[in-house]
Parts: sequence; structure tokens; C-alpha cells
Amino acid sequence: MISLNVNGKVLDADVEPDTPLLWVLRDHLGLTGTKFGCGKALCGACTVHIDGQPTRSCVIPVSAVTGSKITTIEAIAETPVGRAVQEAWIAESVPQCGYCQSGQIMSATALLASNRKPTDADIDAAMSGNVCRCGTYLRIRAAIRRAAESLA
Amino acid sequence: MNLRRVEGIVNVSRRDVLRGGTALTLSVALLPALPGCADASRGGAAAPFEPNAFVRITDDGIVTVISKHVELGQGAHTGLATLVAEELDADWSQIRVEDAPADAQRYANLAFRLQGTGGSTSLANSYEQFRTAGATARAMLVAAAANRWGVAADEITVTAGRIEHAPSGRSAGFGELVAEAAQLPVPGEVRLKDPADFRLIGRPVTRVDARAKSTGTAIFTQDVRLPGMLTAVVAHPPRFGATVKSFDAIAAKAVKGVHDVVAFETPVHRGVAVIARDFWSARKGRDALKVEWDETNAFKRSSADLLAEYRALSAKPGTPVRREGDADAALARAARRLEAIYEFPFLAHAPMEPLNCVVRLGDGECEIWNGDQLQTGDQAALGKLLGIPPEKVKINTVYAGGSFGRRGNAHSDYVVEAAAIAKAAGLTVPLKLVWTREDDMRAGFYRPMYVHRIEAGLDRAGRIVAWRHRIVGQSLVAGTLFAPLIRDGVDPTSVEGVSNLPYAVPNLSVDLHTTELPVTVQFWRAVGSTHTAFAVECFIDEIARATGADPYTLRRELLAAHPRHVAVLDAVAERSAWRAARDRNRILGLAIHESFGSVVAQVAQLARTDAGVTLEKVFCVVDCGLAVNPNVVAMQMESGIGYGLSAALSGAITLRDGIVEQSNFDDYPVVRIDQMPDIDVHIMPSTNRPSGVGEPATPVIAPALANALAAANGRPVRALPLAAQGITLT
Ligand code: FES
Ligand code: FES
Repeated sequence: MISLNVNGKVLDADVEPDTPLLWVLRDHLGLTGTKFGCGKALCGACTVHIDGQPTRSCVIPVSAVTGSKITTIEAIAETPVGRAVQEAWIAESVPQCGYCQSGQIMSATALLASNRKPTDADIDAAMSGNVCRCGTYLRIRAAIRRAAESLA
Repeated sequence: MNLRRVEGIVNVSRRDVLRGGTALTLSVALLPALPGCADASRGGAAAPFEPNAFVRITDDGIVTVISKHVELGQGAHTGLATLVAEELDADWSQIRVEDAPADAQRYANLAFRLQGTGGSTSLANSYEQFRTAGATARAMLVAAAANRWGVAADEITVTAGRIEHAPSGRSAGFGELVAEAAQLPVPGEVRLKDPADFRLIGRPVTRVDARAKSTGTAIFTQDVRLPGMLTAVVAHPPRFGATVKSFDAIAAKAVKGVHDVVAFETPVHRGVAVIARDFWSARKGRDALKVEWDETNAFKRSSADLLAEYRALSAKPGTPVRREGDADAALARAARRLEAIYEFPFLAHAPMEPLNCVVRLGDGECEIWNGDQLQTGDQAALGKLLGIPPEKVKINTVYAGGSFGRRGNAHSDYVVEAAAIAKAAGLTVPLKLVWTREDDMRAGFYRPMYVHRIEAGLDRAGRIVAWRHRIVGQSLVAGTLFAPLIRDGVDPTSVEGVSNLPYAVPNLSVDLHTTELPVTVQFWRAVGSTHTAFAVECFIDEIARATGADPYTLRRELLAAHPRHVAVLDAVAERSAWRAARDRNRILGLAIHESFGSVVAQVAQLARTDAGVTLEKVFCVVDCGLAVNPNVVAMQMESGIGYGLSAALSGAITLRDGIVEQSNFDDYPVVRIDQMPDIDVHIMPSTNRPSGVGEPATPVIAPALANALAAANGRPVRALPLAAQGITLT
């Protein structure tokens, strides 16, 4: 049994310590908002916050995060920044297939939490780890700007 | 999403969740309520009003539109719901969408006569059907109100979900009239609105899936969780045509959580599957597995070798596709001849959600959960595998995390694989097959490799007098349920875009060499146009350069008989200021192409900096008939450009001794946010019925970009991807 602090709750999972956090969230805790895209920290679909830092959960063993605060898409609306980002996402019609968007929103929220006025270069730096095969990038950029404005 | 459909899915069904453990209860407690779930539990006290297969209205006033097309990102759910809501005069906020069950009697794509999504047909084939469904429901609600109030039906108006009789001041919501409307006969004929009266069609209403997809609550195949469900991860052979000789499962079975290890074989895939309680256990088991492959019939050739063969074939006449005049004779007489060979690699679809399928085998029946793009084909293929009638295959269609054609497999390849594994293991509990990204990239079903050879003859004035075009590549439909499309030895999907070449050329010949390889191939967003548009549009620019013509003016002259093309060309020239002065900061390239009934032109704008060449902006003009939702059309233009750009810049699946060299997004790079150009989309005003939008933007960006690069570098681009030609953008 491994104990995790996820979205403000302490949860137990019967998994091997080498299991990536992604699969503990998805297969054991039922938190399927966090997606599997590549399994190699190449696409960002699995991005969660670990102690506030955007992290690729597909490559981090669960044993490495037992003492950390984990936040997933399911609880990101509980922060003002996360809520603003989600509302901006809807207002700008960002999602197409939607499969990458949990990861995009987690990366964007982490960006705005530490930088309320990101430049285009800041956005590129924070978001270029998140692939979107549907090509929603222009709307992601617009939504980040919109969220930044709504938080100003 | 509706409770009835997702019943049994642990993570969305409240009933199952409340029975489940703490973790599950928690996960759902944190989820904002799914619209459909919440509403379905609220509504349904009285029997719902279901005037036809596409509309259900419950007494809480919620209108559920039954979508016969899967939502892959293309916006089909929103578009179909708009058609119903328009004629029903519903308020957009009362609309929900649910995926239809597999039933080709009711839910066939009218363009194919089977149930499936593709060919950019979702709105085009449904335009009258879904409007009629909405108009029928409206007529019955109005009749119910007229009966109840004892007034004339033609004095009743419906506005934004309110039914009103102004003279008596009476009004009602849809929900209040559901019970009475359900008792009435369905009218044989209804009148559809005059487009001038549209209040939702043509407006950018919010996508019905935007909120679920922004909150992590949308359910994809990957997210389906059922009681007792197991997960399978597979080992496929490293080469096409190889089979399983033997395997040693001792180490795999020693992995904690592994239940079973089985070999499987389907018409297109073979391998060994590790079945476990969860993905990670299965994946560890798969890594511990030792498989010996029988490579007696394995394909061991390389891309370079295939390319040489294709080039050699292109020098010879093939199966005739189109003949006008005498191209051979006109070429022989021409004052000047131009020739170019264009080369295209295999491409993977690489949708964001790696392929997967959930299957549950029952007694004489079977049920799947899948982002299902070809229900009729999947029912037939599963029926055949399991020896049951196709209608005993129940399909729960869920959101697809992209597809770009891949989930509409004509062999139902991964769907059948999931069932074959469950069958081999004798499972009655549900099984989720999960391919890793590497499995997804290496298991085949690519856009085929192609070579085009084009020769043009010019007269002394530089006018085109002959065009001889030969295409070499595999057929997408041979050996599949779409094989009847082949006519006189020609697969139309290999030649579309050239077989209907719009340019005025007096002597034209188009030939096809269809090759056969064990490398499996499949429709890839925009199909034949993915290569034909590039070859034709780059060659037109080669002719323009050779004759000193302006690429826009030349196209305009050669397209004079095609007013839609001319109008789109003019619009893109105007928006991109084509005629204005150019300098190193504004290098332009143009391409135009018609596919799926829509005409798209794009201008790629490059700038040269000290670091190299940058793609700054793309101007995109589309004539797609009436734009049901202009915002969704714009999204699809942006999406098609991003997708086509990935392929143009770096997309290539290559074989070395038969082994696929790519595996993941590191060696199959795709466009990221910092590579995405600005895009200016203009939709031509039109009252024609809607034509395709999901695919037509995709094939135009590569030639527009290549033509701009040729303008910048003075060298034509004749092979993709650009990275393999040593061309990178900054
Ligand atoms: S799944 Fe983790 S980065 Fe792709
Ligand atoms: S919305 Fe489909 S991958 Fe991003």
C-alpha cells in the first residue's frame, strides 16, 4: 500500500513502487482526466502538479511522490488560476478532440500561477512540452492571454 | 453523454460508483457533474418524447440529439446538434448530445450507406436529415400545445425553447408538452426554414463538448472502466508478415498483477498479449516476455529501396486513369518540356490517444466501447471473428482522442485484436486493449509511400500543351470492404486530385501503378489529396518559374472554367496582399486544392532572418458551402494546417530492413506551439449546402510552404518531409 496526497485527500493504492504516478491516478484512483499520450515525457498529456510544479506523471514513479501534494485536472478549478484557465479555454473554444487538453490546462495553470503576464516567448517555453495533434495552439495562446487578463 | 449509454462505466455511472470503494467515490465527488448524467437523473419521470431516431426530449426540457457521427475533434456533435436545434427553435443551453448505437438501418451515413464517419461528410450527409428531425419534433410540440390550449397551430410561435400563443398569452416549455406530443402521430412532411431565418446555423455557438474537454470529465476509450475489467498490452512482431513461433511467459507471469499471457492471430495482426489487472502490470509483463518470431514470410525491405523501385516504375506507362487528347504526341511536339518527380514517405496518423478498445464477450453477443468511426464494419468484423450475427455486436461509441482516419480501419484491426485476445484468453470480464505510443506508431496502417512523375510540354509562348502524370503507390481500398470502389484497375483514392485536375490542359494523361506490399496502409486525413495536391501545386509553380509567370495569375488563367476556384484564389490573393511588394521579410507561396467538395487556397508567408527562414503566417480561404458553425470551420482550417504542417516538416515513417525506424514523438516529431504560424481564416459566404471541412485544409499547406521555400531558396522542393531534404524552419 502506498499513501498519496491527491487533490487534498489522502488516498491509498495497492501498487508496486515503480508504477508511474499516471497509472496509479488512472487505474487505481479512478482519476482519468490525466491522459496517457506517450509514456516518455514527450507529449505532456499526463501533466499534473507536484507541489505546484508541472510534472509529467508518466515517468515519475509513485514512490517518489509519496510526501508531495499532487493536484490533477479534477481539482484544478479549486484554484482561482485554474478556474480562470478553464473558463478561458471554453470561451476561446480551444478543445477539438480534447485528449491533450487536461495536460495543456495543467501546464498553462502552472505558468500563470508563477507569471501573471507571460510574453509569447514565456508561453512557448512553458507550453512547448505539450503536444496537440489537433493543432489548437493558436487558441491555447489566446486562452492563456484571456485568462491572464481575467486574473489581472 | 447520457446515463443510459454509460451505465456500467465505473467512473461515470453514479450508481456503480456509490457501490464502489472510497477511491472511486472520491474521484466522482471531485468531478463536476457530466451534463448528461445530471440531467438524465433529473429527467425521465415521464416517458420521453422521441419523435425520431435523432431527437429525445424529456420532461425536464432537455433536448438530446442522437449523433450518428463520432466526435473525433472535428465538431460533428456540435454541428449536428445545431441542425436539430435550429429547426426545433430550441435554446442552445437545453441541447445535449449522445452517440447513437450501432444500427445502420437508422444511423447510416447517407454518403456511404453504412454507419461510419469519414470523408468529411458528417454535416454534408446530415444537413437535411437532422434539420428534418428537429422540424418534426417542433411540429409535434406545436400540435400538442394547440390541442391543449384549443387554439390554431399556426398562431403558435416557438422561440429559444418557449412555445407561445401570443393572442391568449399562454406559453410553455418543451418539457411540459412532452407527454402530449409523444401521443401524436408523426407528421409525414414538415417544412424546413428558409436559410434567411436561421438563428443558430451560421453562428459560432459554443461547442457542446468544450466544457467536458476543459475539465477532464470527457470520457474517451482510454477512460472507460468497468467492473472486473482487465487490461491487455501486446507484443507485435518487429516486421510485417512475421508470426509467433513460440513464447516464454514465465517471467511475464511472474510480474505481480499479470493474469494471463496468450498468443493471438487476426487477419491483420498477430502477437502475444499480456493480460493484467492494470496497464502498468501488463506493460511490465510485456517487457518481460520472450517471443520468438517466425520471419519466414517477413518483409525485410527498406524505404530507400522501395523508393528506387517506385521511381523506376514511374518511368513506364501504367493503368490509364484519365486521357484527354494525346499527351504523348503533344509532349513529343512540344517546344519545351519540364519534368519533376515527387516523393512521399509513409505517414503515421499518431492521434493523441494511442489506439485502444474495450471489449466484453458474452454468450452469443459482444459489446465494445470505442471511439468508433466505422460501426458497420466493426460489427461485421467482430461478428465474423466470434461467429455471431453482426447485430449481436453492441457498440458504445465514446469520444475519440483524434483519429485522422486511423479509427476508421477497414479491417477493424485493433477492434478485432481486442476481441481476439479476449477470446484466446476465454475472458468474460471486460478487457481493455491499450497500445503504447510505440505500438501505435509501429503497427502499420500508414498513409502509403507514393512517387509522382509529371511531365509537361510547353509551346513557344510558354502555354501548357501537354501534361503526363504517373502515380505509383499502394491501394488504400484493395482487399477491404471498400474494394468495390476500384474501377478498371484504378483505386480512385490513389489518384483523386489528379484524376479531376481542374487546370485547363489540352492533352492530359494520368496513369497509375498500384504496388503491393505487406506494409498495411489506410486513409489518412485528406486521403489521396495528401500527395496529389503537393505534386500538382508544386509543379504548377515550376511551370510558372520556368515561364516567368506569376503563380497566382497563371492559376487564375488555367482555372477560368472554375468560378469557385477563381473566387477563392482572388480572396486569398487579396488577404495576403499577393500583388504588394515583396522583400526578404515577406516571401509568399500559394496553393489551391479542392477536396471533399470544398475549395481551399492558402498563402504561406515566410520571413528570412539571420537564423534562417521562419513560417510567419498562413492565409487560408475556404469555400465549404454554408458554414453551419463558422467557428468550427475556422478551427478545422487551423487544425488541418497544423496537421499538414507536421507532415510537411518532419513526418516520415521509414523502414530499414523491414523494421519501422520511428517509435514516439522524439523520432516522429510533430508541430508544437512554438512552430505554429499565425493563421488568417476567411470563409467564403455561400448558400450552397455544406461540404467538407475536417480534411480539405490539410493537403494545401505543404505545397504552399514548398512554393514559398522555392521562392526563398531558388530551388524547388520535390520530396517530403522537408527535414529529410535538409530544410528546417526557425
Ligand atoms: S504521457 Fe507523459 S508526457 Fe506523454
Ligand atoms: S485537442 Fe486533440 S490533441 Fe489537442
